[in-house]
Amino acid sequence: MTIIAEQESQPVVKSAMLSQGTWQKLLAFASLIALMAVFSVASENFLQMDNLIGILQATAVNGVLAVAATFVIITGGIDLSVGTLMTFCAVIAGVFLTYWGLPMPVGILAAIAAGALCGSVSGTLIAKMKIPPFIATLGMMMLLKGLALVISGTRPIYFNDTPNFPVISQESLIGAVLPFLPVPNGVLILFVVAIASSIVLTRTALGRYTFALGSNEEAVRLSGVNTDFWKIVVYTVSGGICGIAGLIIASRLNSAQPALGQGYELDAIAAVVIGGTSLSGGRGTILGTIIGALIISVLTNGLRILSVAQEWQTVVTGIIIILAVYADILRRKG
Amino acid sequence: MIPLVTIERLDKSFPGVQALKQARFELLPGEVHALMGENGAGKSTLMKILAGIYRKDAGEIRMEGVSVEIASPRAAQDLGISIIHQELNLMTDLTAAQNIFIGREPKRAMGLLLDEDALNRDAATIFARMHLRLDPRVEVGTLTVAKQQMIEIAKALSFRSKVLIMDEPTAALNHAETAELFAIIRQLKAEGVGIVYISHKMDELKEISDRVTVMRDGETVGTVPTATTTIDTIISMMVGRSLTETAKEVPDLSRHDVVLEVRNLRRDHAIRDVSFKLRKGEILGFAGLMGAGRTEVARAIFGADPLEGGEIVVKGKPVAIRSPQDAVRLGIGYLSEDRKRFGLATGMDVAANIAMPCLSRFLYWRIFLKAQAIRDMARSAIARLRIKTPSEAQEVRFLSGGNQQKIVIAKWLARDCDILFFDEPTRGIDVGAKNEIYKLLNTLASQGRAIVMISSELPEILRMSHRIAVMCEGRLTGELPAEGTTQEDIMRLATQRNSVTGDARATATEGRTT
Repeated sequence: MTIIAEQESQPVVKSAMLSQGTWQKLLAFASLIALMAVFSVASENFLQMDNLIGILQATAVNGVLAVAATFVIITGGIDLSVGTLMTFCAVIAGVFLTYWGLPMPVGILAAIAAGALCGSVSGTLIAKMKIPPFIATLGMMMLLKGLALVISGTRPIYFNDTPNFPVISQESLIGAVLPFLPVPNGVLILFVVAIASSIVLTRTALGRYTFALGSNEEAVRLSGVNTDFWKIVVYTVSGGICGIAGLIIASRLNSAQPALGQGYELDAIAAVVIGGTSLSGGRGTILGTIIGALIISVLTNGLRILSVAQEWQTVVTGIIIILAVYADILRRKG
Repeated sequence: MIPLVTIERLDKSFPGVQALKQARFELLPGEVHALMGENGAGKSTLMKILAGIYRKDAGEIRMEGVSVEIASPRAAQDLGISIIHQELNLMTDLTAAQNIFIGREPKRAMGLLLDEDALNRDAATIFARMHLRLDPRVEVGTLTVAKQQMIEIAKALSFRSKVLIMDEPTAALNHAETAELFAIIRQLKAEGVGIVYISHKMDELKEISDRVTVMRDGETVGTVPTATTTIDTIISMMVGRSLTETAKEVPDLSRHDVVLEVRNLRRDHAIRDVSFKLRKGEILGFAGLMGAGRTEVARAIFGADPLEGGEIVVKGKPVAIRSPQDAVRLGIGYLSEDRKRFGLATGMDVAANIAMPCLSRFLYWRIFLKAQAIRDMARSAIARLRIKTPSEAQEVRFLSGGNQQKIVIAKWLARDCDILFFDEPTRGIDVGAKNEIYKLLNTLASQGRAIVMISSELPEILRMSHRIAVMCEGRLTGELPAEGTTQEDIMRLATQRNSVTGDARATATEGRTT
């Protein structure tokens, strides 16, 4: 875990633009460590390799979705459609691979392309038609949920004809090289997506404009930047990442479950917020988001090990979100 | 006479800066006391402590001889101290009366219902005391900035304030409105209210204030009577040196190419048939009252707002500008009067802001940022424009107004724009920084850039312009040469209303042909 955190924090720390988020990121990181310490004292099962791997596995989908949401939230927008878009992309993969029997790479590309396309639709609704992000993506959320059910005929699509499909998330490339570290591929994908996204946000023009849009869109427009175009690009990238999440979840279940998806968007937004990204835009980091997603998974896992009822797990997550945002507000005041 | 307010040996530090060092101040009843100093001199901090917004670190504040602790804005109000901020704090969807009595509404039916009649009656009483003609039931959002300011003053008076602090009250007012404000200030003065007046406008201070206290670097330099002190003395107290105004030379531009020509620009009532030419190396001053349509013209040419008709010719070629992007590509830059809203991403650092319009120049493979090149470019801009900032990685919101303005200028210089619209380039900027901005404008013009400078300050227009265009109610009412023009000439054109536009068009055409 720390190895990856270091790799990722390098570009983030270098950019002074993001230094404001450092405090909460540290706080979030400290909370994560504290949580893990508490659970490992409370239960000897917690620190078992199998359990830690399980936590990572459980983080993969929400983590990737949260990375997608981070892009949009930094622009000052919000995306409620990430969960159902993920499902929609999984169904598209099912259509390509199972219904049409096309080769696996085609199905993978189709899922990601479908995500990007839907993202660009959201982006266009928001940038060109000036529909508020909340409403536009609420509409997309319901629309995509419905489409996923229509296309699949409300039944799960199994990937039995594509024997390699489960490899995407279940087997372990790392484990093949380092047998003592059987990190599943889904988790590997999460970290690749996170590192790539972090580089995009801190090192590229797209990233610069993402922060600038959230900081002061009108000033950016008056600088001669085509803000509408870049906003659509941000939503497109975010949508494509949702497509990747769709592949991970479909691979893990070895099926596209069309009824799944709603509710994932809130977990993703929660991870982003716990990770210190400001909902008003202009500030945020991928590292923070990943820590946020891990905090949610550790909580869920730890509380389950301690046999706390699932209802209570949700209550605790809610409290953590409120505390995280309050800590951020305290810091701004201080 | 016991002073209303006495401030002695006040200290205040913020992380990294000592904002006030042993600051002193005194306010007498019925006095208008101007507080002056460059931005960052500590005048706002001092007044915010008096108004209970900040807490002092050390020192003493006495109200009418009695030592007081002002722990909160509420405590200040209870002591009869009110502050009117530069940015007005009104609820635009509520009426004038509702704004004035917010949180203190008169009640009826055992306190269950609001008594709107009493509310409006009380507001009307205050307006009458101010000799202000205004319907208490009018929605605040529909009023001009000047009228909104009057409502802030009325609100302060409703607290029976003895001390009224006004921070740059005329920043957004035109001459007529300023005169109206001064009439009200004189009225309050006659009633014994003490007024602290913060402003950068020297002529106003001469007109309205009794004494001037000058601050510099958090310390009180001194207090002098306005009547017997020259403006030069006050300026030299402020900057710690005397500023020499360079005599203006108007270069002969008749042989220079016309880089921008607009013909018959139109948009409903805001822009009515505006035509003008701009030459290489020229500073064309745009004068007029607030709301005359100057900003609208600039924004329309820049593509920020739509046009209904008209032609724009850039360097001899007719062009269609549909967005700021098109304008920037043609080398046109626009520096807004409202830097924070339209000019800067204040949460981002200096380098990111300067590089914003020209980011495409700093990319590998059109994707990755050349971080080092951006830093170097920002550093050289900081050095060249003498921007005061700890580094290029400092967030812009922590810098003063003058330095923020320089960053906006640096942005457009980095983009290498050669047609620049400066909209109120020195608004809210202190005297020292103002001079630097003026020098910069002259340098830019002498390098061959063409500049349109919109300004509501006539001395600034007269000092800087090579040629002066005057607007009124969306029309260009005339053009004046730089030499031999007086403030009165400009005001005549700036107030030329509808009925005489026929003549004005004639004047405008004449002005262009000369």
